Amino acid sequence: MATVLLIEDDALVRRGLQLALKRHGHRVEAVEDGEDGLARFGTGDVDMLVLDLMLPGIDGFEVCRRIRESSQVPIIVLTARGDDFDVITGLEAGADDYVIKPVQPTVLDARIRAILRRSVSDPDGVRTHRGLRIDTESLAVTVDGREVGLTPTELRLLLTLSKAPGRVFSREQLLEEVWDQGYLGDSRLVDNGVMRLRSKIETSPARPEYVQTVRGFGYRFGPV
Amino acid sequence: MRTSRIRRFLRSMSGLRGRLIVTVVVAAALGATAAAWAGVQQSTASLIEANRRYHTEDLAERITQAAPSAQYPPGRGSLDRLRIAAGENSLVRYDDAMSGDGIFASGAQAVPAELRQALNAQAASEDPGVLTQRVDIDGRPWLLIGAPVMITAPDGTLTPSGIEVYAARDLTDVEEQVDGLARGAATTTLVALPLAVLLALLASQGVLRPVARLRDTAQRLAQGDLDARTDPAGVDELARLTRSVNDMAASLQDSMESMARMEEGSRRFAADVSHELRTPLTTLTATVEVLNDILTHTNSIRSSDEQEARESAQLAVIETRRLVELVEDILDIARIDAGTAQLRREETDLFEVVSTCVHTRGWSDDVTIARPASAPGDTTVVADRRRIDVIMANLIGNALTHGGAPVRVVITATTEEASVQVIDSGPGIPEDVLPHVFSRFYKADAVRTRTPGSGLGLAIAWENARIHGGTISAANHPDGGAVLTLRLPQAPEQATREDGREQIP
Repeated sequence: MATVLLIEDDALVRRGLQLALKRHGHRVEAVEDGEDGLARFGTGDVDMLVLDLMLPGIDGFEVCRRIRESSQVPIIVLTARGDDFDVITGLEAGADDYVIKPVQPTVLDARIRAILRRSVSDPDGVRTHRGLRIDTESLAVTVDGREVGLTPTELRLLLTLSKAPGRVFSREQLLEEVWDQGYLGDSRLVDNGVMRLRSKIETSPARPEYVQTVRGFGYRFGPV
Repeated sequence: MRTSRIRRFLRSMSGLRGRLIVTVVVAAALGATAAAWAGVQQSTASLIEANRRYHTEDLAERITQAAPSAQYPPGRGSLDRLRIAAGENSLVRYDDAMSGDGIFASGAQAVPAELRQALNAQAASEDPGVLTQRVDIDGRPWLLIGAPVMITAPDGTLTPSGIEVYAARDLTDVEEQVDGLARGAATTTLVALPLAVLLALLASQGVLRPVARLRDTAQRLAQGDLDARTDPAGVDELARLTRSVNDMAASLQDSMESMARMEEGSRRFAADVSHELRTPLTTLTATVEVLNDILTHTNSIRSSDEQEARESAQLAVIETRRLVELVEDILDIARIDAGTAQLRREETDLFEVVSTCVHTRGWSDDVTIARPASAPGDTTVVADRRRIDVIMANLIGNALTHGGAPVRVVITATTEEASVQVIDSGPGIPEDVLPHVFSRFYKADAVRTRTPGSGLGLAIAWENARIHGGTISAANHPDGGAVLTLRLPQAPEQATREDGREQIP
């Protein structure tokens, strides 16, 4: 049973979502603004965040950025504006996924479960490629001996790509394997995930060594 | 190759440029020619006149000297002497006796009859003078001079002697001089023409360059570059035209900008509306799903389920009310925006409307209403009662929610306008918020605890005041608290239709 922290300023929405998610079997703690959210998150024991972007005071983007400074906890952003700007900005601030209001609780629940399933175990043991070392048992990832913290989404993306070095994965395949969303998903999730993964493991994200873009097809792991 | 160049030249010569150049050239050429020829005429005339005067005076002189020695009636000798005195190419005649030499050697055929008649008429006149006539003899120009010989009596009276003296003077030299003058004039004209063309080109450049610049500006304007302007230059008319085009562009730009602003406003409004609608819909979606889940997927409803169902139903009811109110407000604004709102103007007592408004909404304990003590009946305006009620409900409701009780409503009236002030007992409105209080969906509180209401209340009040020709302004009272002031003109701006309704422009 996962603990979900819901940060939503509208009292009725907050309570409505809390009741609905509870019926889907989550433990939901709800707060009304960013400050309270950060404070509650700081006390630990939160498995994931559902975060409204339009908040009084510190807005959702800022909450996202601050949490990402120290934690890889999964974050789903909740937005009432379906335009690209909000979605992209939310993903760039470090969110794993987004839903647009009015969201059906069943859909939100499916997204939460998909993210939580991304803690994977892989019996292959250790994969190394140049300076990158992935321990699939302990799920520790190091670059040149230095440990990097990956969110479950980023970790699962890296594991999926690295289990078949050189093979090209389409964005749809990655949505299916990593985000559990398949063709219904949004390829911007994949592009953003790759971008964030590169920013953590690549020495020079502009000239990637590990995750290559194959123009018009998708992404692959391994030698250029 | 050549034809295309010619065609290009012709094309460049058609239209304004061609017309300008032709006009200037023709004008210049005509001017030069006219000037030259006028000069020729004048020179010719004075040349010929000087020549004529010289010969006539010369002849008169010679005759005057020779005449006294002549006998009367003259004999052959006298005629010959007179002829010799008159010089070469002369003829002296008395009746039918003649003495001639040069071109008159063969007789008097060279003397035109009319000259002779005129001369005889001259001789009979008071003040006889010398006559001249230009004639061509054997293809050469001659000046014929005729003079009657007069006899001067001792008392000074003149009588005609009947002797006629004619002299012919060769005009060839003079005519050649005149031809030279004409040739000079023609040359002048020929030299003036290319100069005229050059001048025309320069002038047309002076005209056409500004025209070309103006054309480029017009094209840029047409392509939507509304910043395009031309510096006024060239002749006065062009500079004026340029200024007119600039003014046109400026007003075009203004109207486009205000349209863009309006469009931007309506786009933002649409985005805000959809955003505001999503929030209550989220609650409804969630609570309805909970209810559905409890009622369909649970075999035996536990007490916790019942608790949740009750709470969800309550949330759904509250949220539905909020949604309905929001939709009503949005439709209200949209109707006013679209100009389809109806005004039913009637005699409306502001005091009575405010009292009713406060009473029916149960605000009587928190609101006091003041009106002019001197003339209580003066608070009547011609307005739409329902809309005034909407305005007052929003102003007072806003004062109670965001300001604080008690709220004072003060009604005053002059002959021009009636005003209603709503003064609350809150902390006042922050200076940076004041300009935005009537903006749609503007959330004033930094910590946006969602207050009841759609976020459209004051915007709706403002629009309703506007369609009455009135205004609402927001300020802070010196003693603290916010003051919202509704001003309504006493005289309605539009005549109402017969059914008391009118369309909002």
